[in-house]
Parts: sequence; structure tokens; C-alpha cells
Amino acid sequence: MGVYLKNASAEDDLTKLTIDGRKIDVPEGNSVLRAAEKLGIVIPTLCDHPALEAIGGCRLCLVEVKGTRVSQTSCTLKVTEGMEVITESEKLTQERREVLSLLHASYFDSGYPPGLVEETQYSKWIKQYGIEKQSYSHSQARHPVDSDPHPMIWVDMNKCILCLRCARACAEVQGRNVWEVNGRGYDSLMSPGAIGFTMLNARCESCGQCVAFCPTGALDNRMSMGSGGPDRLVATTCPYCGVGCQFDLNVKNNKVVGVTSKPDAPVNGMALCVKGRYGYDFIHHPDRILKPRVRKYLLEGISKPTFKKTDASGVKSSDWDWEETDWDTALNIVADKFHHVRESNGADSLGFLTSAKCLNEENYLMNKLARQVIGTNNIDHCARL
Amino acid sequence: MAGLAASFGSGAMSNSMDDVAKHAQAFFVIGSNTTEQHPVFGTMIRHAVRYRGAQLVVADPRRIDLVDFATLHLRHRPGTDIALINGLMHIVLERGWQDQEFIETRTEFFEVFISSIQDYTPPKVEEITGVPASLLHEAAKILASCKPTAVMWAMGITQHIVGVRNVMALANLQMLLGNMGKPGGGVNPLRGQNNVQGACDMGGLPNVYPAYQPVSSEENREKFLKAWGATSSTSVGLTVTEMIPGVLEGKIHALYVLGEDPLMSDPDTNHIRRCIESLDFLVLQEIFPSETSIYADVLLPGASFAEKTGTFTNTERRVQMVHQAIDPLGEARPDWWIIAQVAERILERIPERIQNEAPNAGWNYSSTSDILSEINTLAPSYGGITHTRLERGERLQWPCPNSDHPGTPILHTREFTRGKGKFMPIEHIPPAEKPDEEFPMVMSTGRVLYHWHGGQMTRRAKGLMQVYGESLVELNPEDARRIGINGKTRVRITSRRGSIEAKAWITDRVPPGMVYANFHFPEASANELTHASLDPVAKIPEYKITAVRVELAG
Repeated sequence: MGVYLKNASAEDDLTKLTIDGRKIDVPEGNSVLRAAEKLGIVIPTLCDHPALEAIGGCRLCLVEVKGTRVSQTSCTLKVTEGMEVITESEKLTQERREVLSLLHASYFDSGYPPGLVEETQYSKWIKQYGIEKQSYSHSQARHPVDSDPHPMIWVDMNKCILCLRCARACAEVQGRNVWEVNGRGYDSLMSPGAIGFTMLNARCESCGQCVAFCPTGALDNRMSMGSGGPDRLVATTCPYCGVGCQFDLNVKNNKVVGVTSKPDAPVNGMALCVKGRYGYDFIHHPDRILKPRVRKYLLEGISKPTFKKTDASGVKSSDWDWEETDWDTALNIVADKFHHVRESNGADSLGFLTSAKCLNEENYLMNKLARQVIGTNNIDHCARL
Repeated sequence: MAGLAASFGSGAMSNSMDDVAKHAQAFFVIGSNTTEQHPVFGTMIRHAVRYRGAQLVVADPRRIDLVDFATLHLRHRPGTDIALINGLMHIVLERGWQDQEFIETRTEFFEVFISSIQDYTPPKVEEITGVPASLLHEAAKILASCKPTAVMWAMGITQHIVGVRNVMALANLQMLLGNMGKPGGGVNPLRGQNNVQGACDMGGLPNVYPAYQPVSSEENREKFLKAWGATSSTSVGLTVTEMIPGVLEGKIHALYVLGEDPLMSDPDTNHIRRCIESLDFLVLQEIFPSETSIYADVLLPGASFAEKTGTFTNTERRVQMVHQAIDPLGEARPDWWIIAQVAERILERIPERIQNEAPNAGWNYSSTSDILSEINTLAPSYGGITHTRLERGERLQWPCPNSDHPGTPILHTREFTRGKGKFMPIEHIPPAEKPDEEFPMVMSTGRVLYHWHGGQMTRRAKGLMQVYGESLVELNPEDARRIGINGKTRVRITSRRGSIEAKAWITDRVPPGMVYANFHFPEASANELTHASLDPVAKIPEYKITAVRVELAG
């Protein structure tokens, strides 16, 4: 998958080359771009991503090779023995400026607040190469801003530079092919299926891979719009299915404002599904229980009210109302009750349901609580359900 | 899990997801809607098929999304998995396609097994499963000629009264084809919840201590008695599907429920309600007031995954870090802190219970890293897995017995955990509840891409609700026409236990005579209808087959 740097294994033939006067050997089949990265040399790129096949589309990663006449795209250029590569020169700077100027001519920012990434890969190169708007640049939006009703993905094709990373991510990572180019030349436009379709109509699975790969902000995470970028990223493991994807929680002011791919995640790399990437807002949902609660009858020291059969919400007695308490009170009630049940009915009259959503360490403690403290093997969880 | 434990001695996924995605020449996916239930692994399968040319055989009564990418779709009738698998093995044996060397060197009881397969001739299997004999031949040929073939399944195989036997039949298939212990092969049950593997590994089961050490062994009892200063007896405890009904039988008086929602996830909700409300005392430790909280006496606010540090173990036995990103909300506390508090306070009331000098008697943990150190000494397969190693970026899959061990990506490479792989003769048994005149259709249940289990988390995620905001029941166009749906959308589904109303999705994803419902929404939860017929060994309910009647609503 993709064009990650191939590291040498025993059976690989190594190719020796020189980049900016520095020698390196890498297994054959690698691109000049990956070899340069290994040396810590930064070549500007837009359409390249190591998780995708190289297409040489944006032409920003141009390099000079000794003995050849024209500059070549380092993402598609394979290393050859004895090759001498130059990644920075006046000629290359000029060529890259021209490439960026043309891209920037068709780029238009309507000024809405960004999502998780304030400085995009695109804006970084524009700034670094000092690109200004030209007389032939667009001065207003050509396409509707926020053009797709998708509840999680924000689309603004005015910022699209046709690098095709969205379409390639959808095809190569997700295997779905929602995005495609419609129209020709100047009218070329990325669209989900035919023009006029919405993403969900085009059988989008809402995984957000296209957003994760977009270098310009043409695709963005709607739920994070206006958050203006996180204070910090915290790598963690997804709480939904058993695949065990990892991602970065984007945190701002002690609040989770988004989820982004963690490219070196062992199982999933850049890939995530809709629940992993966009199913995080339950964390701050107003329904969260914020204080221990006990039923009033427990504080009043009276016996438990009996339910109207099969409907506890039908209990009219106010003794069944919740009362918020401090931890000490709640924990002592629990300990007293469990102790009482254990004394009067035996250890095996207690049951423990541990949780396939909780940590290993927490599950271990539930097992220890049931077996060591109470003395019962009545412990299970929802593996069967 | 119990099925694989009997065949191989270990109940876990034998290979890694990355391994099968890269090396399998063919995938046999049976009873797993992978692209919706394990979406990222589903995309890895799609990728292998599209870009690497791997073959894909999908066996599922529903035309799930993966079928779009499949070489073959075997649309067998619900509850006929064993007949289907035996039928495929019958053809393999008839053609002499089995891996004789593997069978002779790595397995036992092959002869008994052969005789049990004799009767499953293609015409007979076609009659039971509804899959044409010609398709059976094609499928057998793909599975036998592609080396290795990886077999994958999920709850579509296990949530049957014959769940354990289904799994054993798949184990037989992989032994017959010699696909065990190899990259790209193996038996690969996909675990549903993020840490269901870990909860099992950590002794969250009534029959085993952490790392599957049976409670019935006196030796194990002594080991934990010595470590903890007290422990339970050698008799196996109750499973969740026995514990809750045990309330009405007077066996269970109090329950401590950690982050589970039996009112949504357990079969026959009405019966569960009657049981839960009869408890003397119910403690629920949760992040939301779930359906179960209606019956709780005490509600303890736990912390979400974003508010604590520790480890989860994924479906391929990979232990990974969870990192605290934010402070617990309000007065919520990490669940490990709460459990330790409860334990300490109970022990204060029964100080005579434990011998305090035992090395792991105490509950004074300062972090989850402390707890994992204790696990290292008591759970052999986790012996070398520490937060320090994981933080260094080491990628560890258990068994990892000591701090120098690199972990084990593939199980059973040289020999099976139990020595030789055991062929088991497995016969087809029809489902517990068959359609009849009053309840002529079959309902299967499961989850959808945009939601999760009882829905406590995903129903509180705005974006997910905007895409999938109410329960949809899949209904075949032929059945829709028969009940006269005629532009209306709401249907009433009734079983012997209850009735729900939901919006119908008219689609040929389900064959005629079958409906598919989920349990994400309390107002239309499929578990109002399901029944508690259990697999006799694994005690898993038969969620995948309920006899129902479907009519227009109101």
C-alpha cells in the first residue's frame, strides 16, 4: 500500500546515489523523494503522500539530476545507481514558484474559520515561496462554499488544487471511489460521483480519509470548524470495535475538539472509520453523569420501594428519586450493601459484570474484586452478546 | 472461543490483520459483515482483493457490502453454517484436495472426522442450505487451490445455539486445508468490542483466572490464594446469560455492573427487566444514565476512554496504550480507582477475609502501570507486557511471557497450544426457533456502520445521528409487496416475546423471508424480540435466528 520508504532487508540490492552532495544507499524501487527524506532533506510536495501511489501531479517536488536536461518530479523518479540529485537551486526555486503561482491563481479562501489545521500544507508552501495573488487570480468564489450537506465533512471546492489526494485516498485506502474529477481543463472539479450528487448519495462511508489527506482545507472536519487548532495531540486507542485503531485526540482547553489520523498507528496507519474519526463527541455530552447518585431510600435508611411490574419509571414513590452525593457516601453505601448481601446470602449471591469497554487493568481489578474480596466466580461480560 | 480452545487449545485469533491482508491468497468470510463491524479491517480486505488480486468467498444470508467485491457469494439459509462448511469439506475430500502432510503431522482424530463428513453430499447440502451444488464446487475449489486461505468470522457464526460447533467446523476446515500456523492463513474470529479480548484475558469470565488459568484447578486456586491472600472456590461461576435470569431463581441478590447495558444488549428484554427489577441491590458504574440505570440503586460516574491511561487488547491479541487526554468530567473518576475504593471498603468490613502478608493482597494502586505490574506476575501470557515497553513503541501481541520476549504475531506455527490439532465430528442441528404459520419469517440482528451496540455512545454523537437517526429494519421487496407496504414505511415486527415498530428499508440485502434489525435504539430494539436459547457450552444466545411476523404498523 502506498509508496512508503522501503527499508533494506537481507535480499535487497542497494542502490547508491548522491543527493545534494550527500551519499546514501537505499533498496532499489524507492523514489528519490523517499531517499531524500531519509537524509532529512525536505522537498516541497502537495500531491505526494507516502500512503498513496505517486502520480507526479502537482509538479512541486521537482529536482535536478546531473546529466539530464529538464527537472523531474522526485516522487515518481526511481533511484538509480550513481545518480546525482540536486534538490535546491535557483532554477528549481523559480520553477516551483511558477507551479505554486498557477495553483494559487485558482485557489480562493472565503475566510471561514478553519477546523483542526490552521496552517495547511498548501498555505505553508505558498508562504515559504512568497506567492502573491496575480492579476489573473480569482477574486471571488467560483463554487458554493460548504457545498455538500454531509454532517461531518465540510466541502469548499474553491480551495481545491486538484492534487487528487482525496480521490486516491478514497480509492486506495478506503476502496470506495466516491470522489472523481468531472469536467475538463479549467472546469475540472472534484465531485462525489457525477456533478450534483452528494457524498452520501455517492455511497460515502463517512470515514473522513479524504479530509485526512487533503492538503489545502478544501475538505475539512465540520465538527471541528472554528476550533482553530488544538493545544495538543494525545495518541490513544479507539473505544469502538476490536480492530484497535489508534488516533490522535485533538485537545483544546481540556476539551476533545477532534480526532486526526496518527500516521504510524500499528494497525490502521492513516485509516479510520466514521465512528473512530467522528464518533467522539459523546465524551462531552450533557448526559454525562458528573456526580455519584444514590436512590433516596438508601439515604433515608428505609427499605427499597417495590416496582410496578416491569417498569421502574412507573415507580411513583419519591423514595426512588435520585439524590446526588459525595463519593464517600456512595462508596460506603455500596460497601455496606455488598457486605450485607454477602453475609446473609453467601458470596455466590453476588454477580459482577465487567466491561469490554474498560481497560485491561480495570478488568483485572473487577476479577480480583469478585474472587479475592467477595470470593465468587460469578463474573462475566458481554463477549457473548 | 470455546470452540477454538477445544480444537487447538487456544481461543484467540491465530493471525494478525495486517498479516492476512498482505499474505492471504483467498479470504473466506463467514458470518462477518466486516466493512460495517470492523470497518478498517474491511477496507484492508477490499484492498487485498482490488489491488493484490486475492480471492474472496463470502458466506452470508445477507448481501452485505463485501459481496460487491467477492469472487463468490454463498447465500446460505440462516442457521445452516455447519451443513455448508461440511459440504465444502466433503468436496475437498472427494477431490483429494486436502493437505495430507499437515493432517498427518499436526492433527489427530482425522478418521472419525472423515466418517462424519460422508453424508454431506452436494445435493443434500444444497437442500439444507439453499446454495446450488455448482457454487459449492466453485467455492471448494477456490479455498483449496489458494494457499493460504484465511478464514474470518464474527458473531454471525457464534450467536447460534450451535455457535461452538460452527467454530469447530471452521477449525476442521483450516486443518484439512493445512492453513494453520502460516502467514496469511489461520482462524480469525473478529472480536466485537474494543477490549473484549482484554476483558477475557484479564479473568472477566466465570471459569478462568487471568490468562485463561481454569478456576477448577486446585493448583491455580492455590497460586491466587498465595498471591492475593484469599480467592474463590474451584467451582465455575455463572455466565451473564445465567446470572441475570438467576435473580428470579433466587440465586443472585446483588449485581455490580461496570460499563454494560444488559437492558439493551441481552436477549428477551422483557424478561431481563423482570430479573433486574427483582434485585436487592444494583450498582451501575457508567458514563451515561443508560437504560439499565432506570433500575440501579447506585450510579457511580466512571471516566470515558479519553480521561484515563491504561491498555486495551485488540482482536489480534495486540496490547496498546490508551492515554489520558483530558481531566475526568465533573467528579467522574477512572474506573480502576472506583473499583479499588469499593474493594478496600468491603475489606474494611471483613478484615478476616484476607491474609494481609500475601504479596498482592492490597489495593493501594497509584496508577494502572502499578496494576499491570501485578498482572505481569500472575498472567503468564502478559508476563512481559509493560507500559514502559509500549511507550517505547514496542508492538506486543500476547503471548509475551517475559520482558525480553518480542510477542507472538502468529499462533500455532510449530504446534498447537494443545499439541496436535483435534478434528471434531460436527453434525448440522437446526435452529432453536423455527418459523411457523404464526411467525413465518426469520429475524437476524446485529449492528450498523454508524452505531455501536446499545447505542449509549453513538446516539450521543451528533454527526452519526444525522446520518443514521432511527432504527431501520431491512425487508426484502418481495415481502414488502406481500404485506402491502405500498409507499408506507413503518412496520410492526412481532415475536413470541414482544413487538417493536420501526421504519422499513426495502432492500435485497436480505433474502425473501428474512428481516434484519439492530439494537441501537431503545424504542425499536431487536432484543425485545430475541430469545434466550443458548449454546450449551459457550452460553451465547441465538441472536441470529428469531421467528417473527411482519405487518404494517398502526
